[in-house]
Amino acid sequence: MLEVKGIENGVVLDHIKAGKGLEVFHMLKLNKVDTSVVLVMNVSSKDMGKKDIIKIENKVDFDFNILSLIDTNITVNIIKDDKRIEKFKVQVPAEIVGQIQCKNPRCITNFDDYVRPTFHKYAENEKVLEYVCSFCEEITKFEK
Amino acid sequence: MIHSNVRHLIEPEDFTKEEILNLVELGEKMYNNPQAYSDVCNGKILASLFYEPSTRTKFSFDSAMLRLGGNIIGFADANTSSAKKGESIADTIRVMGYYADILVMRHPKEGAPKLASMYSEVPVINAGDGGHQHPTQTLTDLLTIQVYKGQLENHTIAFCGDLKYGRTVHSLIRTMARFNAKKFILVSPEELKLPSSLKRQIQDQYDIEIQEVRYLEEVVDQIDILYMTRIQKERFFNEEDYLKLRDSYILTNDKLENAKEDMIIMHPLPRVNEIAYEVDDNKRAVYFEQSKLGVYVRMALITKLLEVGPYARG
Ligand SMILES: [Zn+2]
Repeated sequence: MLEVKGIENGVVLDHIKAGKGLEVFHMLKLNKVDTSVVLVMNVSSKDMGKKDIIKIENKVDFDFNILSLIDTNITVNIIKDDKRIEKFKVQVPAEIVGQIQCKNPRCITNFDDYVRPTFHKYAENEKVLEYVCSFCEEITKFEK
Repeated sequence: MIHSNVRHLIEPEDFTKEEILNLVELGEKMYNNPQAYSDVCNGKILASLFYEPSTRTKFSFDSAMLRLGGNIIGFADANTSSAKKGESIADTIRVMGYYADILVMRHPKEGAPKLASMYSEVPVINAGDGGHQHPTQTLTDLLTIQVYKGQLENHTIAFCGDLKYGRTVHSLIRTMARFNAKKFILVSPEELKLPSSLKRQIQDQYDIEIQEVRYLEEVVDQIDILYMTRIQKERFFNEEDYLKLRDSYILTNDKLENAKEDMIIMHPLPRVNEIAYEVDDNKRAVYFEQSKLGVYVRMALITKLLEVGPYARG
């Protein structure tokens, strides 16, 4: 098995549904981070069969809750001096500002550079999360 | 972003039920006695910012402001404006507030007037944003219902035609739901049904029966208010589908045979051929009067947002 060493300081994103790791990578804009980042795909897991894991070294200031749009089961582990000091599941955010684009092609947020797309949670069930755009009121759906 | 006490009208929900009733009542007063209000906007300037052409709506606002004794400036084509240079609405609006006391905005992109209102120190009126909202058309519709039906509540209202993209329909449905409509009847082809999200919003919030049918004849005897809309060619992929659907949704006197005597027929205009010319002489047709009433309800709205005349403070 491919071995990836642990990190002394940083974040481990665990229990990412296999195949979703790359989406998480992009959502957190990890290509812009200047510290070490490791994305491991298809790791064997007792509970999940397979899963993806992401390790980010020396950086913890991310908005993790936005990841619930990709997968609500992701676990965040904050590591300090080789010890896990915090562990939590991502929470579905009530409001999203500036991190996602409105899916309505006629929405002003897709044309005016000045405006930050803003969404409020509209509904949630086992399968989908729905957010309503504050500008055009169109509903954008995310499969869980 | 600007946080001030300035009021805007971006969507009908910006006003309480009482405020809407108040506006409709004032609109009726202005309609009956326009002279009494002919100078309440003396010295005030209305800027109409039309990022897409809409002659009818623009003239209705211009006429309203002129009848109140105010002045108008503006543009009616985005090609002549700074919009073409890629300027953000936020920048345009901040400056417009120095030139005018109230702004009227029409924009092809949904949510643009909302964005404008966030950066404006003067009132902003949404005169239509894409397929989203058109609240002054809704106020016009309400005044028409008030004048011809005597009250806003407890009607069975049928909407016929393009219920998918027709923003006037969406605004009016949401507003009539607030005014305790008895029942909504939705008459449209499968391809142009009311969006399910809007239908769900109405059903979640209100206890109003919604019936969906294909043809008007099935339900015409139940209707108090028949709201017709235009089926637009742009919404179809091929000419054949468009022509077929368009022709099956044309209102003729034949189809009105079993209608109630006091039913009214409304239409936001302009019509293409969805109402046969013969219906114009039917006593139930009020769509031309509806356009006329639009000027008076806009007059009422302008005085409210400028806090002048009947809405003057203190
Ligand atoms: Zn939007």
